[in-house]
Amino acid sequence: MLESIVLALGEITSGTHLFYLFGGVVMGLMVGIFPGLGGIVGLSLLLPFLYGMDPTSALAMLIGLVAIIPTSDTFTSVLMGIPGSSASQATVLDGFPLAKKGEAARALGAAFSASLYGGVVGAIVLTFFIVVARPIILLFTSAELFMLTILGLSMVGVLAGNCLPKGLLACGMGLMFGALGGAPATGEFRMSFDIPYLGDGLPLVVIGLAMFAVPEIIDLLRGGGAISRSQSLGKGWIQGLKDMWINKWLCTRCAGIGCMIGALPGLGGSVVDWIAYGHVKQTVKDSSQFGKGDIRGVLAPESANNAKEGGGLIPTLLFAIPGSGSMAVFLGGMELIGLEPGPSMVDGKLNLTYIIIWSLALANVIGAGLCLLISKPVARLTTIKYVYLAPFMIMVICFAAFQATRDLGDLLVLFAVGMLGILFKRFGWPRPAFLIGFVLAGNSETYLYQAVQFYDWGFLLRPGVIIIFVLTALSMWFGARNAPKEEADLGGTAAKTMNMRPQAMFAGLVVLMFAFGLYDGVQHSFLGAVYPVGICVVMLPLAIYLFYVTAANKTDNPANYDYEVEGDHVGRDGVPRLGYYLAWLGGFIAAVILIGFWLAITGFFLIFLRARSDASWLRILILTTAGVGFITALSWIMVLDFPGGLLQHYVKLPWPLS
Amino acid sequence: MKAHMHTSILAGAAVLGAAALAVPQPVAAQSVDFAGKRIEWIIPYGTGGGSNRWARFYVPWLQKALPGNPVVAVKNMPGASSTKGTNFFARRGSKDGLSILGTSGSTQFPFLLGDRRVKYDYADWEVILATPVGGVVYVNSKLGVKSAADMKKLQKVALKFGSQGPTSLDLVPLLAFEILGLNVKPVFGMKGRGPSRLAFERGEVRIDYQTTPAFLKRVMPLVKKGEAVPIMTWGTLDDNGKLVRDPTFPDLPHVGEVYKMMHGKAPRGPAWTAWQAFMAAGFPAQKMIFVKKGTPKHIVAAWRAAAAKAIALPGFEAAKNKALGKYDQAVGKRAQTLKKIATSVPPAAKKWVLDWLKRRYNKVP
Repeated sequence: MLESIVLALGEITSGTHLFYLFGGVVMGLMVGIFPGLGGIVGLSLLLPFLYGMDPTSALAMLIGLVAIIPTSDTFTSVLMGIPGSSASQATVLDGFPLAKKGEAARALGAAFSASLYGGVVGAIVLTFFIVVARPIILLFTSAELFMLTILGLSMVGVLAGNCLPKGLLACGMGLMFGALGGAPATGEFRMSFDIPYLGDGLPLVVIGLAMFAVPEIIDLLRGGGAISRSQSLGKGWIQGLKDMWINKWLCTRCAGIGCMIGALPGLGGSVVDWIAYGHVKQTVKDSSQFGKGDIRGVLAPESANNAKEGGGLIPTLLFAIPGSGSMAVFLGGMELIGLEPGPSMVDGKLNLTYIIIWSLALANVIGAGLCLLISKPVARLTTIKYVYLAPFMIMVICFAAFQATRDLGDLLVLFAVGMLGILFKRFGWPRPAFLIGFVLAGNSETYLYQAVQFYDWGFLLRPGVIIIFVLTALSMWFGARNAPKEEADLGGTAAKTMNMRPQAMFAGLVVLMFAFGLYDGVQHSFLGAVYPVGICVVMLPLAIYLFYVTAANKTDNPANYDYEVEGDHVGRDGVPRLGYYLAWLGGFIAAVILIGFWLAITGFFLIFLRARSDASWLRILILTTAGVGFITALSWIMVLDFPGGLLQHYVKLPWPLS
Repeated sequence: MKAHMHTSILAGAAVLGAAALAVPQPVAAQSVDFAGKRIEWIIPYGTGGGSNRWARFYVPWLQKALPGNPVVAVKNMPGASSTKGTNFFARRGSKDGLSILGTSGSTQFPFLLGDRRVKYDYADWEVILATPVGGVVYVNSKLGVKSAADMKKLQKVALKFGSQGPTSLDLVPLLAFEILGLNVKPVFGMKGRGPSRLAFERGEVRIDYQTTPAFLKRVMPLVKKGEAVPIMTWGTLDDNGKLVRDPTFPDLPHVGEVYKMMHGKAPRGPAWTAWQAFMAAGFPAQKMIFVKKGTPKHIVAAWRAAAAKAIALPGFEAAKNKALGKYDQAVGKRAQTLKKIATSVPPAAKKWVLDWLKRRYNKVP
């Protein structure tokens, strides 16, 4: 082992290796900064370069690319509230409020230093763990993996906000949205209305964008002004570095969590940052500022998600089972250059494995350093008047959403779930709880079914399952003990609404959703039905209870919340109604369906800027050219499609109009 | 031509930010030159699986062999059991040789079984190249089975098998196990053959199969460690369409031989006929490259010539043996024969399988 470490160290510090690593990082940064693209696009960009390169240099480039993606997607998460990938959804929760407070540079500084730190800690853990990992990982069977999804779901307790019924219902809705499409055990299509698009289930990227980005864009547009409410950028990234250092033990813990969960094949990386976020909220003394801009809410997921990539190397290298999208890319790349993953990675090829692990750590350092360098100028974006940014943001999220499955359905789901997100935000329903449910729906059902098939119900008595169960109970106990006493805090601050009718209508809608889930469920065979029906049976009474509370206008119930009465925009002049900008978005998507994305976005830029900003035609033209030119160049270079509309269906047009 | 338009539009967009309309140029009379063009290769599967690996393996060889050395860009379009990307090609693929499709056995099966989601017909496409593959069944060494000769022992054990679903390519193993009289219960919900193999390594399933490349790379290390024992293959078809041993594994008997070893006579009957038909659809021409019918003849000819040239390039044979197994890649006439076998099953076999799926798994594709 020691000899391998020395050999590997010699290799990674060589000039050529560093050069290619750096090249990969720069390339990944260019792709990763754009939300929704990430790994797969990165690979297609890199492929032409890989052929004919010697394996170690190609490997270095590949690692550089993979390492930077979970780091660079932090930019849009923090600055715009747009989760760049599923790995940065939790970062949005506190990162974006910090940007709004004018502390974007600090949040980015903290995020990147946490990424760097997490990446390095992950590499140290891996160095020792990988040698003994294989038998340990094989202990995690479907039974233990199922129990881990339960541990993940238990985080809902801390992410639920001050009204637990709403949190549970949000999570239940997430589970139902996740259960849509083919059932794991039987392949029956649930709640899919015979639409092929729905048969595959809803894509996580689209759900993340719809739940987080759409409501924020609408909210910012209505508020007028810029993202940052103060014109300064705060104390900058040095402060962020200090924040990281003060909380280094927290970051170490989260990096450990990220590394371990990332190492388990089949769980998927998307749950790691939520667990880290839940963990920090459970364990700190004062958690009242979480969700409003607590720097620790940025540090925890960011230190975990870079360590996760390191952990993800274990199933990739030892079992050839990639745990995440970027690891699938990495695996594909390894095979292209003729490296075979498998048990030999720790027998004969240990030095190669160490080269990979340490290059990943080094790429993290380089990548986070580069991001830190550019974070201050990029953070200036938050001081631009939002009405100018909005068309770019809408273009970016729609284009990113469309890359999920390249189907117009992606845009329709973005809009429909975006509306749900807006209502969640308005009535104070916790969106993270929904996301947790959604992320874990597929895995929890699949592993439960498989565990019962393999071990019968006796699986509940397996030692691993009991250990994880105890951990879950402990985590819930910590969470309950640590819950902020928000009722007391909120006592006299905001004026509660006296009219709960809108809330009652939404609660009624939730009741109907679960009722539909139940109705749809009972039409399927036992194995296809038991999971959604089980959820609905638990959730329906809760939803009916909430409907009762709101319909009976019990205004002193903690469930009572209406942003349209309590929000800080209330009473200001010139704030349009909630549906106003939603109609713009809807109009744009309708235009895409009619005339295709390229023409629609060009028109949208022109009309929107003319109607909503006071820019001159010249300025509007410049902005439109910049926006449309950028997206055109991007999609040409990366061989991406634009959504086509009815026009393209009937008339054959040249690219990019097609 | 598409690539021409890309560049002109790009330039136009950069200057004006508006569309510059490129005028399509007529195709030159007979000689085909793809220089400066970009060929879009639709793979209706994600980046994690074998079809993607197969396509990425072929890209550099095709680029070298095609006239003018164009860029071949793989475009992964997974979804709806591969019918999504394939439907997309059927609807939107161009007839100028710049848009090609790569299919796999799991694209053939929904078509053959009459899946509602299928909006494509193989008769509309010209085959350029076909890649045969095999499948190897292996068991946990703790079962005490050393080879197919001990199969009788296996009949007494209740076994579990990780599967993606009975209408996927797993139809072939599931039906084979049934014909052999093994007591195998499938556990569905596996997200590919990789996770099934992982379940094998964990000891959750004790019988599994992998296609040849995956077996060579991922299971052979387990065989060497003494954890797995290969017992049989699906076999392959000779030029007369007869089931023979898989050339990559000459020491392993195929399913028909194993049946004979167990029962003393060769297998026959509707189940066996149906199995052979679907095995032939799933494996001997598992992966194929297509252009659309209606593509000008000289362009189709140029593609066929390029495919033949690609597999004759120096270094190809060795690289192919390593990546795809020791199967002769089929081009020209042979590819067309294999396409025919892979995309048509006798109506009786189809009906038998549909009944079986309904009876056994309550599944209507």
